[in-house]
Amino acid sequence: MSAWLQAAVVLVVLAAVHVPLGDLLACAFTSSRHLRAEALLYRAMRVDPDADQRWSTYAGCVLAFSGMSILLLYVLLRVQAHLPFALGHHGMPPAQAWNTAVSFVTNTSWQSYAGEGALGHLTQLAGITVHSFLSAAVGLTVALTLIRGLTRSRTDRVGNFWCDLVRGVVRVLLPLSAVFAVVLLAGGAVQNLHGFHTVPTLAGHTQAVPGGPVASQEAIKLMSGDGGGFYNVNSAHPFENPKAWTNVVEIILMLLIPSAIPRMYGRMVRDTRQGWLLLGVVAVLFTASLALLSWTEAAHHGTVPQAVGASLEGKETRFGPAGTALFANASTASADGAVNGSHDSLTAYGGGVTLVNMLLGEVSPGGVGSGLYGLVSLALVAVFLGGLMIGRTPEYLGKQIRASEIRLVALITLATPVAVLVGTGLTLGLPTPRRSFLNTGAHGLSEGLYAFTSAGNTNGSAFAGLSANTDFYNVGLALAMLVGRYLTMILVIALAGSLARQSPASVTRGTLPTHTPMFAALTAAVAILVVAITYLPALALGPLAEGGT
Amino acid sequence: MPSTRLPSVVRQHLAAFRALLVLTVLTGIAYPLLITGVAQLPGLKDRANGSLVKNAAGQVVGSSEIGQLFTDDKGNPIPKYFQSRPSAAGDGYDPTSTSASNLGPESIVDAFDDPATKDTDESKQSLLTQVCARSKAIGDTEGVDGRRPFCTAAGVGAVLSVFRTEGTTGPITRVVSINEECPATPFMATYQGVKVECAEYGKDYSAGITVPIKGPGRGTGNPVPPDAVTASGSGLDPDISPAYAYLQVNRVAKARGLDPATLHRLVHDRIDGRALGFMGEPTVNVLNLNRALDATSR
Repeated sequence: MSAWLQAAVVLVVLAAVHVPLGDLLACAFTSSRHLRAEALLYRAMRVDPDADQRWSTYAGCVLAFSGMSILLLYVLLRVQAHLPFALGHHGMPPAQAWNTAVSFVTNTSWQSYAGEGALGHLTQLAGITVHSFLSAAVGLTVALTLIRGLTRSRTDRVGNFWCDLVRGVVRVLLPLSAVFAVVLLAGGAVQNLHGFHTVPTLAGHTQAVPGGPVASQEAIKLMSGDGGGFYNVNSAHPFENPKAWTNVVEIILMLLIPSAIPRMYGRMVRDTRQGWLLLGVVAVLFTASLALLSWTEAAHHGTVPQAVGASLEGKETRFGPAGTALFANASTASADGAVNGSHDSLTAYGGGVTLVNMLLGEVSPGGVGSGLYGLVSLALVAVFLGGLMIGRTPEYLGKQIRASEIRLVALITLATPVAVLVGTGLTLGLPTPRRSFLNTGAHGLSEGLYAFTSAGNTNGSAFAGLSANTDFYNVGLALAMLVGRYLTMILVIALAGSLARQSPASVTRGTLPTHTPMFAALTAAVAILVVAITYLPALALGPLAEGGT
Repeated sequence: MPSTRLPSVVRQHLAAFRALLVLTVLTGIAYPLLITGVAQLPGLKDRANGSLVKNAAGQVVGSSEIGQLFTDDKGNPIPKYFQSRPSAAGDGYDPTSTSASNLGPESIVDAFDDPATKDTDESKQSLLTQVCARSKAIGDTEGVDGRRPFCTAAGVGAVLSVFRTEGTTGPITRVVSINEECPATPFMATYQGVKVECAEYGKDYSAGITVPIKGPGRGTGNPVPPDAVTASGSGLDPDISPAYAYLQVNRVAKARGLDPATLHRLVHDRIDGRALGFMGEPTVNVLNLNRALDATSR
């Protein structure tokens, strides 16, 4: 009973705040005024925030900024031993540093290292925390170009990358994280610059109590869709997520911005019904997977959960199976990828639900910005299918979806599955990668599938039994992240450019309305259909085979 | 500015470089230092520094947020202390290597130690056997029946490898209890009329079908509660369930010469209920409970 109430409260809070927050977001990105602090930043960066850019220039800026970010983060990870607050940690080895740099810049935050054993405080701050902010802001910029593509006509301009980037950080992410970092502090999350502090325990052993600037990173890692833990066990660690109530706050944080973005979208395309439609699709997919995951964990099928009498392996007492299922669903549906328990030890079908959440392409509600362009792509596929059914040229928000647009949409839909399935295929086909599986049989396959699913969809959570610190996984998963993130982004910005050039088409009686429950159902069906067609064979060999025995 | 004459790709990268430095100072230095400053405020400071707690003598003995081992040097429970959950962090409750077990729900087949290598231990218990062994040990310590489904009376996973003539179909030709190494006597003598053998190191039993045997014992409602036989997500879980705390009352009361009813009331008073009545689960903080006991009795 309390478990359902806990989930209901999360949903009610999000329902209550998504309208005002979405309105604030729309305001932040449409205002023509620059804040004084922003003007200072633009001057220091020596960029003109009012220069409207072509889609190709905008995409160039996204790639230049991300490439530079990967390079500098890589260098920081390699040389950290020589920097202050290194806590005696060595520089990270090349393959792992490459994996980590790509992982955080792409907003994935897959971690093949253990935080407490690998990173100094300066690396956590100037590397990890920074890219929690920036990768989320970059995701937002790409979503903004798509919105401009849909709302503008007869232009080749889609906005200014630097302006969008800075506003995302200054107006949205920084103020919200500052507030919630203090909330988490009040719950018992730590915030200091100490290293380990060894104390004698009550029973006469010794224990090394960790320190670190955790609260400031915890707030942004959840809100940004980043999800990389300060410590190895992420938000299961009592210093990251100390109480049952901080757990609820953290779950809300993961969903906060992604669930407000449909409202922002509705406002920016000047038709709030379009935002409600996307939110409706999100709500249906999210509540369905939440109900399934909560049920599988409560019912605890499987040999070990039956022996135990509960699905409690890998879960904290204060959260319980319900609090862990709620967190896991929010984390995998939102592209955040933080974990407050071991996903590897979820029930077979429960683990399967987390996989499907990611395989949906992170659209329920998905990451900051990336969720929106994923959803709009699905809506465009739905419009196209609807247009085929009624024999009319498909239109969306007054834009014609012609061959050039649908080609880009099809590529967007295919980019990530290619990264996921090729990666998983190589994992199973090559002799060495399988040795990294902790578990055997179908569950081992799930570990490999989960890794590339998480990387390709830039989620970052893990079936953590996989020993991922090998050259194959460090290099291969980073490549999957790059394809899943940047190939998709370039295609989305190109789509924005193509849409912006069009003249507005007039709405006729034959136009398929895109704000009706009927269309929402069609969009949700497209999402599920794409997953089923693409991934059913892989899912059948992993979680379905395991749960069915 | 000379940069206007540079190719646009170079200009973009220079702008990206400057933007990255500026935003790193803002989000990676200024913001966390601001929060660290706020964390120095009274009321937040102790928590921001790790919620350190002291023993009766005024010595710091750990953090109330981080669980500890209450075992002796051999790993046996110290009778006068309430015990924490099993932990997969290092050798147990080690914050320098936090971890869950990450073993799946069908981790039910053990690997045995190689008898040829005397000084190394290649054995690896499945999650099922770990659960069975813990339940048996705790049942013995606390004087209750800790038998669980899919567990043998000796405390290993009750799992057979069943060989049939056609692979998955046909008459049974051979049955091996794969978690019981010879010369153990298998937990059941026959399976569907076929004699059950013990398992030998190095033999491949994967051609058989793996069949867990449910047997007697309860999962749900077992006197040894679920949190007592499972490792947590962090390996640092500071809490146990009220059920596990109550189970330990008699033993601790005896070791400390206390009245069990008094101790039961003390445990009852230290239960942290669900936050606002619906968030999370009821818990008992083990370190705080043991500290309170040390402060009032020896």
